[in-house]
Amino acid sequence: MNTGFHLLPESASTAAASLDHLMLALTLLMGIVALAVTVLIVMFSIRYRKGSSADRSHAPTTGRRIEIAWTVVPLLIFLGMYAWAAYDYMALYRVPPDAMPVFVVAKQWMWKLEHANGRREISELHVPVGQPVQVVMTSQDVIHSFYVPAFRIKQDVVPGRYTSIWFTPTHTGEYALFCAEFCGTEHSVMRGKVVVMPPRDFAAWLQHGSAEPGIAQRGFDLFRQYGCSGCHSAGSSVHAPDLHGLLGRTVHLQDGRTLIADENYVRDSILLPKKDVVAGYAPIMPSFAGQIGEEDLIAIIEYIRRMEGETGGGNAGPAR
Amino acid sequence: MQAQQDDVAVEATRNYLTEGFTLWSWLRTHDHKRIALLYLVSITAFFFVGGAAATLIRLELATPEADLVTHETYNVLFTMHGVIMVWLFLIPSIPSALGNFLMPMMIGARDLAFPRLNLASWYLYLGGGIFTIAALIAGGVDTGWTFYTPFSTLFSNTNVILVLLGVFIVGFSSILTGINFIVTVHTMRAPGMTWFRLPLFVWANYATSIILVLATPVLAMTLLLLGAERLLHVGIFDPALGGDPLLFQHLFWFYSHPAVYIMVLPAMGVVSEIVPCFARKRVFGYRFMAYAILGIAVIGFMVWGHHMFVSGQSVYAGLVFSLLSFLVAIPSAIKVFNWTATLYKGTITFSAPMLYALGFIGLFTIGGLTGLILASLAADVHLTDTYFVVAHFHYIMVGGAVMAYFGALHFWWPKISGRMYPEMWGRVAAVIIFFGFNLTFFPQFLLGYEGMPRRYHTYPEQFQVLHLLSSAGASVLAAGYLLPLGYFLWSLLYGKRAGPNPWQATGLEWQTPSPPPKENFAVTPTVTEEAYAYQPATSAQVPQ
Repeated sequence: MNTGFHLLPESASTAAASLDHLMLALTLLMGIVALAVTVLIVMFSIRYRKGSSADRSHAPTTGRRIEIAWTVVPLLIFLGMYAWAAYDYMALYRVPPDAMPVFVVAKQWMWKLEHANGRREISELHVPVGQPVQVVMTSQDVIHSFYVPAFRIKQDVVPGRYTSIWFTPTHTGEYALFCAEFCGTEHSVMRGKVVVMPPRDFAAWLQHGSAEPGIAQRGFDLFRQYGCSGCHSAGSSVHAPDLHGLLGRTVHLQDGRTLIADENYVRDSILLPKKDVVAGYAPIMPSFAGQIGEEDLIAIIEYIRRMEGETGGGNAGPAR
Repeated sequence: MQAQQDDVAVEATRNYLTEGFTLWSWLRTHDHKRIALLYLVSITAFFFVGGAAATLIRLELATPEADLVTHETYNVLFTMHGVIMVWLFLIPSIPSALGNFLMPMMIGARDLAFPRLNLASWYLYLGGGIFTIAALIAGGVDTGWTFYTPFSTLFSNTNVILVLLGVFIVGFSSILTGINFIVTVHTMRAPGMTWFRLPLFVWANYATSIILVLATPVLAMTLLLLGAERLLHVGIFDPALGGDPLLFQHLFWFYSHPAVYIMVLPAMGVVSEIVPCFARKRVFGYRFMAYAILGIAVIGFMVWGHHMFVSGQSVYAGLVFSLLSFLVAIPSAIKVFNWTATLYKGTITFSAPMLYALGFIGLFTIGGLTGLILASLAADVHLTDTYFVVAHFHYIMVGGAVMAYFGALHFWWPKISGRMYPEMWGRVAAVIIFFGFNLTFFPQFLLGYEGMPRRYHTYPEQFQVLHLLSSAGASVLAAGYLLPLGYFLWSLLYGKRAGPNPWQATGLEWQTPSPPPKENFAVTPTVTEEAYAYQPATSAQVPQ
């Protein structure tokens, strides 16, 4: 991490490179417009100052043509900027299929992170260089925001739902991680770092000191411990929906709505089971609100995602 | 000798200031001009309280460590600064003080449509304002002026409810003033004062009033819902109770984005008066200017989601809000081009009001253009919630609205007080404010691009150089703001007599004596020509 003074921020992800191009273009364009206005004002102020002999005959006080010109030309330029920036923005939400998942639970005032194999970290995130990484995040208390300036990415972390963003680091090194949404007294010390390592070092780091079972394995244990398997298994006598291949599947609800099951749907079904009752099933599931912590919820959802692997296959990381 | 004669003259002239000298005569006045002065005094007081909070913030940020105040105090300071400057200074500044004073005169009326309501607005404003500040200081509210849930409802152990109540009360003052202005413009224009003869200042305040009346109730409802959740645990915004924290942001910005236009439209109105007067030329493209004001007011209601591009709202919502945000910039751009074109072939003088107006155009242009960078989706992902945003909105609100407010004070001070301010000091202050402002806020664009998050009490060392520059600029800016306070007060006693129209301006407000009599016009004027009938080539007189 370069801690000295520098005018431009470090650039260490694929998104950073394209954002810097966009910013350069925007800054140049804006600079030209601002300069043009300033030059005109200064020029007119000097030329037409009181007492100057400049020609003032036929001073225009309106001009339909020029007014239409300076309405339409900026409009076209703005639409171009809009399209460019929107295209890059959409790319931030199209997660590559081979992205490595990392699960993040934010709380006042720290970041708790967990890798798929169960290795956990506090306010530090280790990732391999060149590998797309997707962070799936929720908050235990207030809204936080996951911000890595060197990667040019930021995503709010909201309690009660999952949000996510992805990045591909392009340079090894240590980069600052900030909380960017005001979250209370020690907001400004809710900082951490992202450590980008060569892939081999990362693989070694990931194995080292990981005595815990993988996140899906932990989810499996929790699935039994909380009694989920009592109803949601093939041999159960209770009439409950089958969870195999659930994530990404279209679900028809009792009230006629349909939705595509994602992490937020599963989360709501566990905590607020009356909210989205599946068509053909009685609303008999009890709520687990207040009983399961955020990290355990993520583990259970990851286990349910892997159940998908048993029947249909699919990628190892969370969808979208 | 001269001073003595002047004093005699003051007593001889009957005007709104000499209608009564007791405190009581001010506190129960129905005269829009006196109520405007009540606003002016209270707004100035609030401005310096909010400015004191800003001074402490900039002082603390001179070093990366926490050395002046604690985390708690810092968070209280920026909350105070935001709440006071937005609701107690910027929103009422130009409309309630100067609009109140000028609008009836500009349309040839004797008062606003509802003089008692006007006084009631001021009492609500003052009462709500004092209540808010007392609650802020006593309870140390640390939520920021945005009150984001669930922090404000569940986690901030402070006087949130009382501050909300204060802002709620102040909001009613805005609504009542808005209604008063709308009715006045519709029903009390002098004979011959058609809509397209209205000064643009009136157009701007009219559009602002519509926004006030439509948007402020949404803020009131949102604050009530917040209170209901905090006090009664009704689940609205809190996910643990089945609510949605993003709903709060939608409701809050549905008010607070149009609020930006509440602050900046009247400022545009001011500049549209000052520039033609000192260029001795009709404002360029009057009709386009009026339509642009209405365009901004309407589109301004449809862009609130651009505050939420990384909040977790739908990507598609982001696409729509970004596009609309680009569109709202078009009418603003038109206005900048038209002011510039007004200078073309004018006969320009550079008194203090003109310096402020030209400063406004430059700074507002930078604020607007950087707003477009923030409206660009991918750029916003990196820049939102950093100092880039802080710099951007200060360019709009301080570089824009406050510059125009000071320009307006200098321009109409002779009308309000009957006296001229010292011109040289006025120019010096304008230049100091311009440079102090840029030194304070330009470095913040760089800070933001480098990744410095906003609302940070302590920060990594790499940002210190730019923070130091910013803090140095803030001290220059503070000096610039104190100067006018001094020489305006001085001019009340020692200023040169202004006469009815020291600038040789064309508006109706310049056709009555300075200070104006209680009834504004002895005979209701009949309007026969458009606003801004300046004739540069043939005019015998130009302002000093």
